[in-house]
Amino acid sequence: MRFSEPFEQRFQEMASHYPTRRSLLVPTLLYAQDEVGFLSDEVVAEIARRVELTELEVRNVISYYSMLTTQPRGKYNVQVCTNIACLLMGGEEILDRCRLKLGIREKETTPDGLFSLEEVECMGACCWAPAVQVNYDFHEHLTPQKMDQILDQYTKKGTERRR
Amino acid sequence: MADLVSHPDEVKVVSKRFGLGATEIDRYLELDGYKAVRKALGMAPESIIAEVKDSGLRGRGGAGFNTGLKWSFVPKQSPKPKYILCNGDESEPGTCKDRLIFEHDPHSVIEGVTIAGLAVGAHVGYIYIRGEYRYLSEIMQKAIRQAYARGFLGKNILGSGFDFDVYWHGGAGAYEVGEESALMESLEGKRGIPRIRPPFPAVVGLWGGPTVINNAETLASVPHILLGGAEWYAKLGTPKNGGTRLFCLSGRLNRPGVYELPMGYNLKKMIYDVGGGMAQGHTLKAVVPGGSSTPLLTREEIDVPMDFDSLMKVGSMLGSGGVVIVDDSACMVKFALRIMSFYQHESCGWCIPCREGTDWLKKTLTRFHSGGGVRKDIDDLQYLSENMLGRTFCPLGDAAAMPTISIVKKFRKEFEDHLDGKPCPLEKAEAIERSPVMA
Amino acid sequence: MADVNLTIDGKKVTAPAGTLLIEAAKSAGIEVPSFCYYPNLSLQGACRMCLVKIEKMPKLQTACTTVISEGMMVTTDSDEVRQARKGMIELLLGNHPLDCPVCDAGGECELQDMTFSYGAAESRFIDVKNHRDEQQWSPVVYFDRPRCILCYRCVRVCGEGMDVWALGVQHRGVSSTIVPNQEDHLECEECGMCIDICPVGALTSGAYRYKTRPWEMKHVGTTCTHCADGCKTTLGVRRCSTGTELVRGDNRDKSGINGDFLCIKGRYGFDFAHHEDRLHQPLIRRNGRLTPCTWEEAFQLTGERLRQIRDREGGDAIAVIGSTRTTNEENYLLQKFARTVLGTNHIDHHRTADYPALVAALAGHPKLTASMRELFEAPAMLLIGNDPTRQHPLLAWQIRNNVRLHRARLYLVNAQPIKLRRQASSFFAIPAGREAEVAAFLAGQDSAVAAIASETSPEAWIRWRDQLRREPKLVVMFGSEIRGDAVASLIKFAADLPEAKLICLGDYANSRGAADMGLYPDLLPGYHPVTEVGEFHKDWGGVPEKPGLSLRQMAEHAQAGKLKALYVVGANPVEELGLDPFVFSQSFVVVEDLFLTETAAIADVVLPAANAYEKSGTFTNTCGDLQLVKKAGEVTGTKSDFEIIVRIADAMGVAVRKLVPFGRGSRADMGQSRGAQSGEADRHSVWLEARGLEPKMSPFDPMAILDEIQRLVPGYDVSRLHLLAGMDQHTSLSGSGPGTKHDPSAIMPARDDLFSSGTLGRYCRTLNAVLENGHKLAAEEEVAAE
Ligand SMILES: Cc1cc2nc3c(=O)[nH]c(=O)nc-3n(C[C@H](O)[C@H](O)[C@H](O)COP(=O)(O)O)c2cc1C
Ligand code: SF4
Ligand code: FES
Repeated sequence: MRFSEPFEQRFQEMASHYPTRRSLLVPTLLYAQDEVGFLSDEVVAEIARRVELTELEVRNVISYYSMLTTQPRGKYNVQVCTNIACLLMGGEEILDRCRLKLGIREKETTPDGLFSLEEVECMGACCWAPAVQVNYDFHEHLTPQKMDQILDQYTKKGTERRR
Repeated sequence: MADLVSHPDEVKVVSKRFGLGATEIDRYLELDGYKAVRKALGMAPESIIAEVKDSGLRGRGGAGFNTGLKWSFVPKQSPKPKYILCNGDESEPGTCKDRLIFEHDPHSVIEGVTIAGLAVGAHVGYIYIRGEYRYLSEIMQKAIRQAYARGFLGKNILGSGFDFDVYWHGGAGAYEVGEESALMESLEGKRGIPRIRPPFPAVVGLWGGPTVINNAETLASVPHILLGGAEWYAKLGTPKNGGTRLFCLSGRLNRPGVYELPMGYNLKKMIYDVGGGMAQGHTLKAVVPGGSSTPLLTREEIDVPMDFDSLMKVGSMLGSGGVVIVDDSACMVKFALRIMSFYQHESCGWCIPCREGTDWLKKTLTRFHSGGGVRKDIDDLQYLSENMLGRTFCPLGDAAAMPTISIVKKFRKEFEDHLDGKPCPLEKAEAIERSPVMA
Repeated sequence: MADVNLTIDGKKVTAPAGTLLIEAAKSAGIEVPSFCYYPNLSLQGACRMCLVKIEKMPKLQTACTTVISEGMMVTTDSDEVRQARKGMIELLLGNHPLDCPVCDAGGECELQDMTFSYGAAESRFIDVKNHRDEQQWSPVVYFDRPRCILCYRCVRVCGEGMDVWALGVQHRGVSSTIVPNQEDHLECEECGMCIDICPVGALTSGAYRYKTRPWEMKHVGTTCTHCADGCKTTLGVRRCSTGTELVRGDNRDKSGINGDFLCIKGRYGFDFAHHEDRLHQPLIRRNGRLTPCTWEEAFQLTGERLRQIRDREGGDAIAVIGSTRTTNEENYLLQKFARTVLGTNHIDHHRTADYPALVAALAGHPKLTASMRELFEAPAMLLIGNDPTRQHPLLAWQIRNNVRLHRARLYLVNAQPIKLRRQASSFFAIPAGREAEVAAFLAGQDSAVAAIASETSPEAWIRWRDQLRREPKLVVMFGSEIRGDAVASLIKFAADLPEAKLICLGDYANSRGAADMGLYPDLLPGYHPVTEVGEFHKDWGGVPEKPGLSLRQMAEHAQAGKLKALYVVGANPVEELGLDPFVFSQSFVVVEDLFLTETAAIADVVLPAANAYEKSGTFTNTCGDLQLVKKAGEVTGTKSDFEIIVRIADAMGVAVRKLVPFGRGSRADMGQSRGAQSGEADRHSVWLEARGLEPKMSPFDPMAILDEIQRLVPGYDVSRLHLLAGMDQHTSLSGSGPGTKHDPSAIMPARDDLFSSGTLGRYCRTLNAVLENGHKLAAEEEVAAE
């Protein structure tokens, strides 16, 4: 199991921040997931080793946090907020548009592996609602048309990279 | 990046450096940065605490506890290390203010954490930032690095002999982790299950050491208080509600956004003046005054000063500063359902009333909204909520029950309109069928 | 600690400072309901059932997490409180499947009882319940998720209590669920503690599920028959075609020294009683083959042959091997029978600990032995050798939980990195076989340090010993590695400490009892040398005074053709001690056992015996705690060893009353009741009682012998009342005879532990299923690793 150089550097640095190994767990899991795409059995075993926990304990933690997943997802994870502020501003229409455009429902991944879709809770964009996060990037003040454009941009970006 | 707004009524204290490039330490220093720490280093810990207490600063995370008073609970002597923990988990629906602080003024948080450390005798502070705010983590990390490089953090800061370390820490998606004791669990690498209290964090907190936990906005306010003085700050607000706070105005307003207004600013004015009034074609139906956990106010109830005590008087709460304007196009049953879906999804599952209560309320509301409601459901919704209220392990259960009770009470008519197989009068048919179900 | 006064429901209550409100209420007879609160496990405050009103507090408070304070005014039974409880039950029942009619826990379910008490009968919920299929986590553990109320008791008992940590909680909110460590199955000690502690039917036992309804069982509290720790177990018994069937073992009532603890063997290891190989009829060797016969024939033959041999060749030609699993009364009776009827001192048993050396060394130091209960309270513990996790599960539980709950200090010395080191405040590794040197070093022989200081420096050993010497109330435990002179060294060390005590670890359920009751060729009960004329000689009217043969010598004797008869009760020396079966080919061999063991296979007469769950009496655990063994079940065609010995004596023409001092007057008329015909002492006693006679009027009643034991064996003079009430009584060895020094090589530790199937274990289907499963998993892992 190998992680990138920046990951290892960050891990090393963070290790000195806490009196217990275990405290590294949550952020480390998220960074590992960002690199591997999901928390595979291999990643779980490796991180368990590093933070001196059993795999069971690591899985208990993973399953608690909604951003962490043990299942592969698309390269771009489209997270649509439908919580109150977004709801009032049309968040559900944005979600509908994503479903239609990507041809998938929540927690599904497009066959080309490019997109997955999620309905999420408030992401701190209430004043700029409705909002969507694609991976870590915020897209705010959305309309269904804008959403289309954004998805198109990601499709382009994703397929270009692949070529 | 979120855009900034402004209004003449604003009193910019915490937001004074927004949009001025203060993420760079040089710019921050130009704008009076780190002067407060320098001042605090020359003060006795008791005086710092007294200053903060007298300023009337109350926690901006939701509960509104006097910050100085909270600090004073930390024992002077402790065999275990003490800690400062900055709560930047910001997940209360309707709230998006800490985000702006981290984005525009990260050093003010570092400075606030350091001053808190000086006040209680801690030498380590953690800034916990929700996982979704990845770009803010990066801004924060850079700011911390700069602060170390300039000697504002680390060993012997500013030659004072005082050592102080600040670290950032990232979450991974969990509202409950914003609750102070769950926050500590999460930081310790565990599931975000709250802890039994007492003991309170000020006595037994992170890794067993006394810990001060404050919201990011609370801590960012502290340097301003030290520089401007308790009296100045207190006078900005109303008695016992010192200073200003960031209000996040959202919903169908003409000018939604985050505004810094004095405590006690009138809500009606906030909506119609600061927020520019309702967007064209919409009228006001209800207001969520302080994030989704707070009981809703009706159109008739909005002539109220926005401070902790006044809102308590009208049966609601100032909460986290998330003011969500509900307009006439919204179905209140749907609104209640969306709030409940959130709490059902975010309940940590530890205690029965919250775990089971949120689930049954969500189920009932889902059925009700899609036309399957029976008259008895309306009372049952209230009965169930009241059975959760005050009986859960942590306040999340209350947070789920309170708005629900207020909606059922204040908008009963809308519930009755859904009865007898009638579809939601305010929604398109297909929207009901698709009624939101979170996986 | 200082006392605190408070008022609960108008009652004045006083309890020590630091007491939890729920416990204070309980002590005043006020029951506060709870699911997640469980004494001695970490606090949860999760189920919210224990909410009570405390004056000056705005909200209801959880009694399970509130520490009492002076002047507290508490109400546990107001409308508000009752409504809170009812509300919780309603919410729990919302997603609960309400499949009580097919749930194993039905009838003994805390949720059922609570629903009954708080009347959440009508349901407000009309929406669909969340459902999940039942999962099998191991051969013995099943999990029915919808029934789970998430009290986390299972997770805590597994982690905190057992130090196994095989259960976790995953997901959150209403999706929260208990999970096993291997995602879909468990890899653990399979102790079943999680099943027992579950208040509902979420975790059920593969050995018990769907077998019966709890109210159809009779519950009998008795003592476990496996290891030497003496856990109390409550057996669930049900009628069946061959008598009565044991269907369950647990200790939910927490009535014994083990609290609620039982290990895998205690919990599942009873189905050997119903194994198809169990003997149900006596066998006699005819034309070289063991053939079934009647009990009368068997007794007659045995009685006649033994009498003939005794009369013709003398007692010296007869040897007796006793058991480590028979009761004290049986052991006592057996040696008395051997000495007074057969006229021989050739009696021995499978020795697994050097108790005679312990007694010898204890001379002059009264009260130096610790009970199993005292161990749990000891501020410091020293263990040399042994691996309690595997060999003494209860002892390990006491040690672990003493460290966890009382912050006791544990000092370990071992040649292996045993699991208890996780609780140890210090662990010193030594080369294998050097335990005796540790004892010598402790006793002050500094030169011994050279032999043990391989991983730890001599200086560290000296500091360690100094530290130990300062420990008040140290309990010193040692296994069979320490024998002979080493025992004496340890006692020398302990006797110099303030209030130190010892526990000597033997291996089988009544090893200690076998030793105490004089199953030695040279020692009478209470470790009195046969050579010294004393009480026993007087009481019994003579005892052969020449020490007899040890087990090994018996074999030699037999080989030399000098042993004409061998009487084996509940032992399998051929297998356990590796004796060559052919050496006994010239002897008349009588074997009493449950199964046709390797030894029974060479016998001339085989007598089907009842096991410890099918008879009454007492056991003494390895600490010396005396406990009642109560008859739970019965299998037709078997007799207790006690009755068999009496019947053989009777067939030899002995005046039985000399052997068993049962009541004066009538020789009980065997034939008047069904119970008497099947030789069942308990039922017989019912018959006797009905006639106004004392139960011990029967010669088969072990209580009659217990009288004699209590009268003659030092230390056994404990309260009969407490004993009969099911309480353990510590028998310190003080007042015992001088003990003796034996050949240390006569001690052979059992090769059997928690994870292997030994004497009885190999006939336990459930146990073997678990063990096989474990082997299979290990094998799979090896394959996967390649
Ligand atoms: C369910 C729940 C969620 C919370 N979430 C947050 C949060 O996201 N951010 C925050 O600052 N405080 C949150 N709080 C409040 C904290 O528990 C705590 O009161 C606060 O961080 C203290 O800081 P303050 O005194 O500065 O407000 C939450 C409380 C509860 C009960
Ligand atoms: S399985 Fe049983 S004991 Fe364990 S948490 Fe669930 S209900 Fe409680
Ligand atoms: S409600 Fe959507 S970001 Fe807050």
